[in-house]
Amino acid sequence: MAVISRARFPHDVTEADLQALEGNFLTTTVDRFVSWARKNSIWPAQFGLACCAIEMMSAAAARFDLSRFGSELFRASPRQADMLIVSGRVSQKMAPVLQHIYEQMLEPKWVLSMGDCASCGGVFNNYALVQGVDKLVPVDVYVAGCPPRPEALLDGYLKLQELIAAGPGARGRTEVAKPNLTRPEARIPRPGTP
Amino acid sequence: MSDLTRETLVVNMGPQHPSTHGVLRLILDLEGEVIVGSEPVIGYLHTGFEKEMETRTYHQNIVFPPRIEYLATFIEEQAYVTAVEKLLGITPPKRAEVIRIVLAELSRIASHLVWLGTSAIDLNVSSVFMYCFRDRENILDIFEMVSGQRMMHGYFRIGGLQWDLPAGFVDRVRGFLATLPAHLDEFEALLTDNLIWRQRTEGVAVLTPEDAIRYGCTGPVLRGSGVNYDVRRAFPYGGYDEYDFDVPLGTRGDAFERYRIRMEEMRQSRRIVLQALDRLPDGPIIVDDRKVALPPRRELVRSMEAVIHQFKLVSEGIHPPAGEVYSAVESPRGEKGYYLVSDGSNRPLRVRVRAPSFTNLQALPAMIFRSYVADVVVAIASIDIVLGDVDR
Amino acid sequence: MAADLVRTVAEALAPDVAEHQEFRGETTLVLPVGRILDALRLAQAAGFVLLTDLTAVDRHPAEPRFEVVYQLTAPDARTRLRLKVRTAPDAAVPSATPVWPAANWLEREIFDLFGIRFDGHPDLKRILMPDDWEGHPLRKDFPLVEEPVQFIGHTPKVPSRIIPKTPPRQS
Repeated sequence: MAVISRARFPHDVTEADLQALEGNFLTTTVDRFVSWARKNSIWPAQFGLACCAIEMMSAAAARFDLSRFGSELFRASPRQADMLIVSGRVSQKMAPVLQHIYEQMLEPKWVLSMGDCASCGGVFNNYALVQGVDKLVPVDVYVAGCPPRPEALLDGYLKLQELIAAGPGARGRTEVAKPNLTRPEARIPRPGTP
Repeated sequence: MSDLTRETLVVNMGPQHPSTHGVLRLILDLEGEVIVGSEPVIGYLHTGFEKEMETRTYHQNIVFPPRIEYLATFIEEQAYVTAVEKLLGITPPKRAEVIRIVLAELSRIASHLVWLGTSAIDLNVSSVFMYCFRDRENILDIFEMVSGQRMMHGYFRIGGLQWDLPAGFVDRVRGFLATLPAHLDEFEALLTDNLIWRQRTEGVAVLTPEDAIRYGCTGPVLRGSGVNYDVRRAFPYGGYDEYDFDVPLGTRGDAFERYRIRMEEMRQSRRIVLQALDRLPDGPIIVDDRKVALPPRRELVRSMEAVIHQFKLVSEGIHPPAGEVYSAVESPRGEKGYYLVSDGSNRPLRVRVRAPSFTNLQALPAMIFRSYVADVVVAIASIDIVLGDVDR
Repeated sequence: MAADLVRTVAEALAPDVAEHQEFRGETTLVLPVGRILDALRLAQAAGFVLLTDLTAVDRHPAEPRFEVVYQLTAPDARTRLRLKVRTAPDAAVPSATPVWPAANWLEREIFDLFGIRFDGHPDLKRILMPDDWEGHPLRKDFPLVEEPVQFIGHTPKVPSRIIPKTPPRQS
């Protein structure tokens, strides 16, 4: 089925053109191929924060070998990485650093929140920690555990691969619903106020 | 031509950096490649442990210590539980003490293996990283066998242990320890005789004994400079005075010396564990005091007092006398101390964690002054910091 | 021998010591703020060469509110000693950095978490909390800031309320 479009420049493209494009045989196959390539070579950024980082290192080591699923290397520079595994508790001081690292990554990028502290604050419900990194960056997969076993991390990783394979429309990303906690007035109530 | 001016270049290292062993930030003043000033900036992992522990009972607080120093988890639990027992003035039964020592020394070996693996991979010896984690997995299997958890165990209780050892534990540990010396020899063959390793670690990050004492360093950092201070020998706890082991001591205070000390400590830990397994006595695994430990369940059907004690302990917790204690253990990083202040209620008034990595890290600027940027990586690795311990 | 060293130091400091406490085999000497530096130097010269810990305790609402605690260790004699000073929030304590450089970060941490100032400290600024943080977290009037988890139709207790604090018991 031919795609007929009157657009000659990118700014002329209409919604109908895009919809027609999505149904096109060639682009869906290309999409599927690109998704397959992306999901099978996700290179995480090194962002080990606390105890979960040790289990992440165990997941990358010999017994639980993460690289057989495609993560051959953990990249030190976020600009060369596809995924951010936030492994560990994010403190108030680290929150802007996390956002900075996330912003430095290039699209497409994914975030896997590893462990209870990264997902929801974990055991520590207090002044010092951000209660869940989804207040700072959009998260694709949450892996529960304190720390999650390397097998649990691999399970989350495989779920992320399924999400990527399902294509861009299928990703149910969390929205960054809460205000940016790095602004001082958004942080904590003054002592004495309710 | 105008006069040439000299400026130092300020370089930021971290907090996200592959070689800082966690979220440590270093601000380095460089003249070329030579470091003329450095300032570690910490606090990126501050979790508020001490305040959190003031809001829970003594028993609920057992959850937190393994998360502070997450590499030597049983030693951290032992530190907290020993401090509470000192506050109460009780000692756990012999079997519990021996099992605690077995698990603590296995923790020490596991922690040193992580240290060795990550230090090696900083210097690009990635095969040692894989080997160390392979051995560590065997230790974590033993921990999982005992407590159900690989890392954050919650197995030690105030007055003893949570439950007794599973069947086959002793054989499993002996089996692992039988393979350990050969693996340690392999690591030494790969590293100690390796010209590149020696050139990168000998004479690097030197700390004089006077500086080590003045900066409050403890552990292999202090012993590498020649000061013989090990908490297991100086202030024996948990039965350590009955075991026969050597405390390795260095002379030159450089990174290579600390590496040699930690390798030898792994062998000495193995020695301690073998002695402990030989003398593992039978008996109860928790103290008999009903004000401290829950009564055994079969007593609950016979005795009203047991039911009341159970109710009081679960709904309120223990009530240590008002007072304060400082109790320390030897963690792989140095002296890990707990300063507990009690006001007689069921919650501690103050829990202060004396973190060895915090005080050891203060000595880093002295170690790397006038050395090269590449030596900073070796220096940080040789101090063996855990950022959870530094920032708490 | 260990007890002798503690006794020697305690006797040398006796004119200044406000309180002498013994509990579970440990000795604590409470000193006035003005005498603490000399006491530390005396203890260091006597053999307590390691500054093991420097911390503070908030005894709110008791007055004076804070206690700054110095934990000293003599590795050769295998003994420990604890020195304490009591201070109010606005009163400063002399810094121990001339005696031990180890006190540098320890005092910064106390300033950060309690708000106690140290005179003569080379660089007194926050160390664990962000630089623009307001408040001193380990003070008793600083809340823990627990966020209750919100389920639909039900909000469970925050962890610190599950087992409430019982009044201090005289045993």
